[in-house]
Amino acid sequence: MPFSLPFPITPELGVFAAMAGVAALAAVGVVFFQDAVRSALCLVLNFFVLAFIYFTLSAEMLGITQIVVYAGAIMVLFLFVIMLLNLGATSAIKEKLDAKKYVGLGLGVVMAMTIAVQVIPALASSTTVRAPDGFGSPQAIGRSLMTHYVFSFEVASILLMVGIVGSILLAKRRL
Amino acid sequence: MLWDWFIQLHPVWQALIRVLLVVLPILLLVPGMIWWERRLLSWMQDRIGPNRVATFTLKGGKKISLFGLLQPIADGVKLFFKEDITPAAVDRVIYFIAPAIALFPAFALAGTLPWGPIKELTPIADVNIGVLYLLAISSLGVYGVVLAGYAGNNKYSLMGGLRASAQLISYELAMGMSVGCMVLATGSLRMTDMVKAQEEALWGVVPALQNWYAFTPFGFVSMVIFLICMVAETNRAPFDLPEAENELIAGYHTEYSSMKFAVFFMGEYAAMFVFSGVLSVIFLGGYNALPIRWDWVAANVPALSTVANAFQGLNAWLAPVWFLGKCTFFLSVYIWLRATLPRLRYDQLMSLGWKSLLPAALANFIVVMIWIYCTRLYGPVGGWASVAVAAVLIAAIIQGVRGPHGHLGRPGQGGELSKGSKDAVFPPFPDHS
Amino acid sequence: MQGVPLVAYLSLGLFMFTVGTVGVIMRRNPIVIFMCIELMLNAVNLTFLAFARYMPAKVPSAMLPEAVMSGQVMVVFVMAVAAAEVAVGLGIIMAIFRLRDSVDIDEMNLLRG
Repeated sequence: MPFSLPFPITPELGVFAAMAGVAALAAVGVVFFQDAVRSALCLVLNFFVLAFIYFTLSAEMLGITQIVVYAGAIMVLFLFVIMLLNLGATSAIKEKLDAKKYVGLGLGVVMAMTIAVQVIPALASSTTVRAPDGFGSPQAIGRSLMTHYVFSFEVASILLMVGIVGSILLAKRRL
Repeated sequence: MLWDWFIQLHPVWQALIRVLLVVLPILLLVPGMIWWERRLLSWMQDRIGPNRVATFTLKGGKKISLFGLLQPIADGVKLFFKEDITPAAVDRVIYFIAPAIALFPAFALAGTLPWGPIKELTPIADVNIGVLYLLAISSLGVYGVVLAGYAGNNKYSLMGGLRASAQLISYELAMGMSVGCMVLATGSLRMTDMVKAQEEALWGVVPALQNWYAFTPFGFVSMVIFLICMVAETNRAPFDLPEAENELIAGYHTEYSSMKFAVFFMGEYAAMFVFSGVLSVIFLGGYNALPIRWDWVAANVPALSTVANAFQGLNAWLAPVWFLGKCTFFLSVYIWLRATLPRLRYDQLMSLGWKSLLPAALANFIVVMIWIYCTRLYGPVGGWASVAVAAVLIAAIIQGVRGPHGHLGRPGQGGELSKGSKDAVFPPFPDHS
Repeated sequence: MQGVPLVAYLSLGLFMFTVGTVGVIMRRNPIVIFMCIELMLNAVNLTFLAFARYMPAKVPSAMLPEAVMSGQVMVVFVMAVAAAEVAVGLGIIMAIFRLRDSVDIDEMNLLRG
């Protein structure tokens, strides 16, 4: 290699690169497809692969929660709405690629470069895992949610109840 | 000797053998399940069922009958040779992947079920989030149905798919809550820990019997709720509105023929089998044959000690047989329900899931919490006394909320709340074609 | 899994966040815009988890147990908020669709000055 990376190339990095490649392609697919159903399916694939990446980050509870909540409930809701509003291939909103879109793309790239230049070289050599074992297990998360973060937990449950009531009200035809 | 060869293999090869030991039997048992369903259903309906296919006539005119055991193979051959029609206006990618997505959850779930006591052989992966994995897989099972309904590109197939997915996500909630009660009672999410916790003394006080959760009061209620939800999750009668022939043609798999339909069919039977397995692991002690603790009996009842030791060895060696037996028993319960109960209408189905099962599962959850707390404070006897008190209190509260008529919000039975609420129950038809 | 550097996770998170932002700017279908917002939230989740594993907070040792789990607990709350937001947001989109029979977001300009 003509340049040297500050971290070693290991087989685990190869596995991660494969999964990250799939996730990145799926993310691009969400924006790229005109058909809303294909976008939604790309996003499901992205969430699924992200759950595996969370497993490699030893966050097993959060990985499986990602599948249950995001891939299994939120995306099903998206697919429901897309199919009920019939936004699939036959009546896709024709989106033309004009100058505004290229400006948007350019600004996005500039934002990514700005963040990357600040963050990545500074942390490039960080490869040691500092979290203790059993870090992402259900017991650890449950214990911390119920002891240290119990107030936020209860407020989050109230938030979810407000969300449920709000979505029922919005979906009724006659109040 | 075989064991020594197995142990010295590389872990990847060991994992492959574990996978084969689960996937091959399920695939080979699916024709058996189809045969059993047709025969048992026929016996319950006072007829004989298919018995022609495996009848061999020997030279002397003698007939040997194999009771129609080759019927599923004949069905498979027929489906294989049928013309595979792909409608022209479907979305090809989704049309092709939907049956595969419908087949995948059953086998993914079979990977975490402990079918025997040997740790290196079963389960394929002893994840420490085992029960939550069950919920994740049932959430992913919705996609097969939704995508199959959408891919058909006609209004009825889409409505079938959407109704089926609404049914699936409604019953997933009560299922998760009922399994959550058992997770509380066990203290761990692992499937193997659930089986081990059911090998303790019954109710904490009877040392000769095993503590299968089905024999505890809250476990029994949970088991009933889980049984109803698992029948709904696999789209079986009486919850088979999405695939009913006289309702929405064939619902979400209208546009599928020959092999793709066979894949849906196979996925449904495999899911039935695996869910029966999950029920027997969580509620009925998994691979244990009888709820008797043979080691306690062998130690404390000297007259029966030889018998107890023999049974203990039998329990360990024949563990897969007992597990298969329990799965087959619940498969028969599925077939029994199909033969006996009429199909539920869509609003009855949703009302059962949201208004009956979910509150029942929540009440059960509260009872389990009270039991755990009182057991910690007062010991096992105090814990069970508190369960009785809590159950009476919760029943009183529910009766108080329902009112004297007991028909709060039931569709079609009057009451102020069910008038004018028709739009809250059915999903709206798409307005364009 | 050992052997993967922190910047690998961070660069994937950054890529997903950028793709989400560009999607929100470029697309006209409000449901796809919602999906891109979910993509951004997931990128943030990934970043939280990566930092939680590689660099738990530097705090006095008395506060260490809470600080170690704070990244993962934050992700739990992000998921809860995202779920509530999706439910309400899709309800709003359906209500708008029922009123106007179109979900082209460039036509929703009644509040424009």
